Amino acid sequence: MNTLLEVSGVSKTFDGFKAINNLSFAIGQAELRAVIGPNGAGKTTFMDIVTGKTRPDEGTVRWGDLGTSLTRMSEARIAREGIGRKFQRPTVFEDQSVEENLVMALRNRRGPIPALFYRRSDADMDRVRELAAQIGLKAELARRAGELSHGQKQWLEIGMLLAQEPRLLLVDEPAAGMTLDERQHTTNLLKEVAKTRAVVVVEHDMDFVRRLDCRVTVLHEGSVLAEGSIDHVTRNPRVIDVYLGR
Amino acid sequence: MFLRRHPHLLVFLSLLALFTLGVTLLSEAMGTGALTTSFTKILGQTLCLCLIAIAMDLVWGFAGILSLGHFAFFGLGGYMIGMWLMYERTRLIVEPSLLAQALPPTAQEVQDAIAAQIFGVVGASELPAIWTFAGSLPAQLALVVLVPGLLALVFGWLAFRSRVTGVYLSILTQAMTLALALYLFQNESGLRGNNGLSGLQNIPHASNVSQAWISLWFVWGSALALAIGYVLATWIVSGKFGSVIRGIRDDEARVRFLGYPVETYKLFVFTLSAVMAGIAGALYYPQAGIINPAELAPVASIYLAVWVAIGGRGRLWGAVLGAASVSLVSNWFSGGGAPDVTILGYTIAWVSWWQVMLGLGFVLVTIFAPKGLSGLVDLMLVRRDPSRGDAAVGRDDGSLRDAEEAR
Ligand SMILES: Nc1ncnc2c1ncn2[C@@H]1O[C@H](COP(=O)(O)OP(=O)(O)OP(=O)(O)O)[C@@H](O)[C@H]1O
Ligand SMILES: [Mg+2]
Repeated sequence: MNTLLEVSGVSKTFDGFKAINNLSFAIGQAELRAVIGPNGAGKTTFMDIVTGKTRPDEGTVRWGDLGTSLTRMSEARIAREGIGRKFQRPTVFEDQSVEENLVMALRNRRGPIPALFYRRSDADMDRVRELAAQIGLKAELARRAGELSHGQKQWLEIGMLLAQEPRLLLVDEPAAGMTLDERQHTTNLLKEVAKTRAVVVVEHDMDFVRRLDCRVTVLHEGSVLAEGSIDHVTRNPRVIDVYLGR
Repeated sequence: MFLRRHPHLLVFLSLLALFTLGVTLLSEAMGTGALTTSFTKILGQTLCLCLIAIAMDLVWGFAGILSLGHFAFFGLGGYMIGMWLMYERTRLIVEPSLLAQALPPTAQEVQDAIAAQIFGVVGASELPAIWTFAGSLPAQLALVVLVPGLLALVFGWLAFRSRVTGVYLSILTQAMTLALALYLFQNESGLRGNNGLSGLQNIPHASNVSQAWISLWFVWGSALALAIGYVLATWIVSGKFGSVIRGIRDDEARVRFLGYPVETYKLFVFTLSAVMAGIAGALYYPQAGIINPAELAPVASIYLAVWVAIGGRGRLWGAVLGAASVSLVSNWFSGGGAPDVTILGYTIAWVSWWQVMLGLGFVLVTIFAPKGLSGLVDLMLVRRDPSRGDAAVGRDDGSLRDAEEAR
């Protein structure tokens, strides 16, 4: 397997509490991976570490073919390296239109001067319309993002994630607040995206995870408890004990 | 094209042009005398305050950086132009008498004579090093831009790089302007301590021009600067740059995860805004006639935030509306324009009570009209304009659910 991201031996302590404990994790160039685990298992913290929001106390995070270390890079730099992130609660820019949100996320030069002189090219706007169609918000382009429903905001954030064209997508609980239909749509989208890039999905909804039909990593108390197919991990007695059996 | 996309720009520029024309026609210089020269100067100064209000709105209303130190930049701009005004005027007075002597004076002698004139009041007679370029108008004009710009750049770099935000940043900016004011109060600062720079209304080489005309020139200059500042700010806050800074205001971390260098953007806006403030100050103080360190007192910058809040932050014309109305009304009250009122034997002297009113007004606006005066204008026009670059700030009902979700 051609590894895109390799996390090894990472630990992080918050005020004496070990949120991440000697965690190792790897994902390939085009792979879909589900991460599950009880509340407080460290799933979000794991994403914080990969995206540079949290600095690990020890361990390495290596990225890409060159194995570049991410632990010293700024959040913005890591994002430009090609790691996109969707937060647990939808964070879109409520005060701005759906279109503005997408344009801001489009993969373009990020500095202040290019932004000042940026003009919306036809290619960019085609891409925005294409993304809007993909996330079912084509009719809402001119609306303020704050006016969208909860599920639509989740969608918009996924659209912004896609607009960045990252090589790795970290998606934290995408299905929260979505209707059954929307969940189905999300599953299909994530599976489609994972054909060309790496996608890590954190989700509590086991039906959703099952539909993703991919390798599953179970986190518990900051480290990997089990890894394998959904059937493999759901049969694991320890997984049943700490997570499923409750 | 640009005008069509920003209808408020056309309205603003037309009103400003009308205002300038009106002041011109009614001015003492034109002979009607409906407006006294001193009131013309106040109107010109008000235009400069509108310009710094735009600068404030850029950093606070759009980028979410509540700077409470913008009068430091304003004052520095004033000091930089004041140095040339004083130096050159003194030179024009001193030189003829020196030239009348048998031996022509050396450059050093001329400089010493100027220094003795300017610094006699603080008991010094040597020209401080910071006055090196005071004899050159282009150099001092460049410093009007460079000094506030560099201060903002260094301060901003230190503050933003360590991710100081919110109240802590506001306190830091207060400390900055306080430290600068205290420094300038010292005679050793080389800027005449608490005497400040004075006689700035006398423009060198224009001694045969009446103050009536000079006041009018400054109204024109200030109106032009305000117009340019307004257009520039409109351009900056529209488009993608505007999107990014409003994003930073609402959710800084999210912008970072999109790959934008947030600190660089903040530094850019902060520095640009400081430069605008410096230019506003350089136009203001020749009209005020005097600048001293008290102008940089922390409370001055707090007033600026109050003006912008009352006018309606996050929209440029709101900031202008706030600065113009509050500063003019406050001028009227504190200048004794309002007759004292006696209620139950207690006399309300507006000169001092006005401050209380202003404070109360600020509290009321913050609580009941977060959009400020500009919200009233909205009501009058019954306008809902969702996608404008100068749309109102804040979250709406849909986001309440997210807040619950987050718990
Ligand atoms: N910045 C922080 N400071 C202190 N403790 C933290 C911090 N971030 C996370 N933690 C703690 O680390 C633990 C792991 O949290 P994390 O958010 O990663 O869990 P999670 O697996 O995402 O849980 P959930 O399913 O509820 O989202 C929790 O006990 C949390 O309180
Ligand atoms: Mg979480």
